[in-house]
Amino acid sequence: MPRSPERGWLRPILTFAIFAALLFVVWEGLKFVGGDPWRTETWIWEPPLEIWFASDLLLPHVWDIVGALAAPVQRGSDESLAQFLAGAAFYTWREAAIGFLLGATIGIGLAALFVHSKLMERALVPYVIASQTIPIIALAPMIVFAFGPNVLSVVIIATYLTFFPVTIAMISGLRSPDPRALELMRSYAASRWSVFWKVRMPASLPYLFTALKISATASIVGAIVGEGPGGIPNGLGRAIINFNSQYISGPEKLWATIVACAILGIAFFTLIRIAELAALRGRGLRTEAA
Amino acid sequence: MTAAAPSVGVPLPPRPGRLLRMGRTVRYYVPAIMVFIGVIVLWELAVRGFGMQAFILPAPSAIGAALVENWGAGRWPLFEAARVTLFEAVGGLLIGTTVGLIVAFGIARWATARDAVLPFAIAANAIPIIAIAPIFNAWFGITNPLSKMMIAALLVFFPIMINVTRGLTQVEPSALELMRSYAASDWEILRKLRLPNALPYFLTALKVATTLSLIGAIVGEYFGGASNVIGRVVVQSASALRFDVTWAAILLGAITGIAFYLAIVALERVLIPWHSTVRGEHPG
Amino acid sequence: MTDSSQPTPVVRVSGVDKQFTVGHGVTTALDGIDLEIGRGEFVSLIGPSGCGKSTLLRLIGDLTAPTAGSVEVNGKPAHAARRGREYGMVFQAPVLFEWRSVSDNVKLPLELLGMDRSERDARAREMLALVELSDFASHHPYQLSGGMQQRVAIARALALQPSILLMDEPFGALDEMTRERMNAEVLRIWQQTGTTIVFVTHSIPEAVFLSTRVAVMSARPGRITHVVDVALPQPRNDETREDPRYFRHVTEVREALRSGGALGAEPALVSEERMAAEGGIG
Repeated sequence: MPRSPERGWLRPILTFAIFAALLFVVWEGLKFVGGDPWRTETWIWEPPLEIWFASDLLLPHVWDIVGALAAPVQRGSDESLAQFLAGAAFYTWREAAIGFLLGATIGIGLAALFVHSKLMERALVPYVIASQTIPIIALAPMIVFAFGPNVLSVVIIATYLTFFPVTIAMISGLRSPDPRALELMRSYAASRWSVFWKVRMPASLPYLFTALKISATASIVGAIVGEGPGGIPNGLGRAIINFNSQYISGPEKLWATIVACAILGIAFFTLIRIAELAALRGRGLRTEAA
Repeated sequence: MTAAAPSVGVPLPPRPGRLLRMGRTVRYYVPAIMVFIGVIVLWELAVRGFGMQAFILPAPSAIGAALVENWGAGRWPLFEAARVTLFEAVGGLLIGTTVGLIVAFGIARWATARDAVLPFAIAANAIPIIAIAPIFNAWFGITNPLSKMMIAALLVFFPIMINVTRGLTQVEPSALELMRSYAASDWEILRKLRLPNALPYFLTALKVATTLSLIGAIVGEYFGGASNVIGRVVVQSASALRFDVTWAAILLGAITGIAFYLAIVALERVLIPWHSTVRGEHPG
Repeated sequence: MTDSSQPTPVVRVSGVDKQFTVGHGVTTALDGIDLEIGRGEFVSLIGPSGCGKSTLLRLIGDLTAPTAGSVEVNGKPAHAARRGREYGMVFQAPVLFEWRSVSDNVKLPLELLGMDRSERDARAREMLALVELSDFASHHPYQLSGGMQQRVAIARALALQPSILLMDEPFGALDEMTRERMNAEVLRIWQQTGTTIVFVTHSIPEAVFLSTRVAVMSARPGRITHVVDVALPQPRNDETREDPRYFRHVTEVREALRSGGALGAEPALVSEERMAAEGGIG
């Protein structure tokens, strides 16, 4: 059914708002029923039950998390937590984005190779698949030891996590053109090169973007996990480790960092989604959001 | 549902014999096996012949020796570590899959719920969920394996839920019409059409989920907890500069992951032999 | 055989209109349709794309409801007939469940009816023998050619021994030679079972060869403009296709289509399939 554009935009935003509100209600509801006492200057509420994870330490109030964002990141620091997290998120995003671009390029290149060479496909594709059935995250500390605690290590991890979905999707995508379209190109005596650019590549775009959306998240995950053992102080991964060790004194900071990770993930995903809409505009096919 | 082939009387040729098929599978993988052997040999030669930095990247033989040596003894008994990590992963897989299935059946039933939940779940999937690992460690007890299981379960939940919902709802409209023309009840449509239709979707998600459950368990371990688990062994042996042990632990994690994955592939062959992912041209 | 003045016709469509809401507009797919089909008749609905012939078939099968008018099958409202499982449906695609073997696909409606196992097995064997696929009972759909799959779909549709068989362009996806063989097969089955068949097609020769009557439709709004009685002797076979009367009927149907404004009546905006997809499954 043709959707009017207003409805197309409004609905996800509304849904999101409703879910955010619902999450808020459940969150604070749990604390209201089974958390620590609520105190204001004049008023104390004693929750009747005790839910172990609803304490202020394990599940801080939403407003405390928001409040922590405005407070200084360290005592005596000029920088607020929000500023710090924004900087950290941008830093992590840069690592992830470099890894993402490298991974996507490698993925497309490998897929192009596999589509044109059966031998290469048989020799290497099993390893592409096997490489993803292993918990590659286990390698992160090793890569950091090998390449040193620097951005390069993190980028390598992000690249590694990105390339697989792209490779697999592009093998299908580059094979997706109608065989008759390929025959048509043959009848024009088109070179492999022009067949690739004029038929295979355009046909594979929807597949590519589906994979890129998965990879966007994966590259962020890779960067965050890579930063941990990498000892890179500027990104979100290190922030998680630091605030985790200070959890007892300020649980809101860790929660705020997790929120920052979530926003970064969704923002990168949305960026790719917008690129997808632009690239596939006019094709008339409604691609899914995942 | 299946592509139309041109003529009436000609069935496809019968499937070749089992032995012949196995022979073909092996032949198909010859290049891959050659690559494997080549890489191992080159690696070994590079370390031995040219004194390449054996420090960080020990020779395959040294890694193998470390694996055997530390299998059941020493500071890092690897078998025990792999066992505990696998236990956490399997526990998480079971919890995440169960909850994912329940939610999927719930929201597949009500179109409004589906329209509301699915975009949200897809957005949630764009979140680097493992960032919540330290919180779960605090919630469920850092030394309690349950904290690792819950991280794994959270990672597993989304792909299972999204895929099974799709499998239950994305049935062919004409198949639904067929069931309607027989006045089939909702329950019959669920049992005879939606469930079998969702099975391949479920198994596909399960393949992703096996890896995710191991990742969840290992990342959870990085953030602290019991010391004899794959995640801790990797970090500790690396900082003790025992890279042979580190690589042995990674190798063991990799083998566990592949075995886990292959178990689901085997399950697929038993449960959905008719599906295109199973009867594909290759492998086998 | 073509007598529409029988006491209770199998199908009685009277004064049926069907409108679809598409976006903000309303499209009239069918307008003032009257049609009676007697027991044992073979009636084809033919017309250009968008004339609503598939919609009419779906109305008879109670897969969609009329905007106005009534559809009766065996003297009951169509929905009662559907609940009574009096229909067999064959679609353009075979719609076989890929997880079921050929014989299990044929047994599907029997399971829904609650028939016991031994009876189901016997009936499925009988039906597969009827479509000459006994040797393929344990195969899976993907192992069969398109024509064979469509025969399984016919066997499944006949398994309930329905009083009426609805066929929606069942051979549209098949090549010409296969289609002719399938036509002969349908006629054989029709004569063996004596079931009433309503058949939607694009093909004039197919309609004439198969039918006792051909209802010719025009597009926008969909109307039945002519009903052609096909007075060809039974049983029909390859010789029928060379009979001069056959050619006369083909010409008659073609001229009826032309005079009904069939040519150049391609719908500009919405195809019939689209409307059926949007309005039909509700």
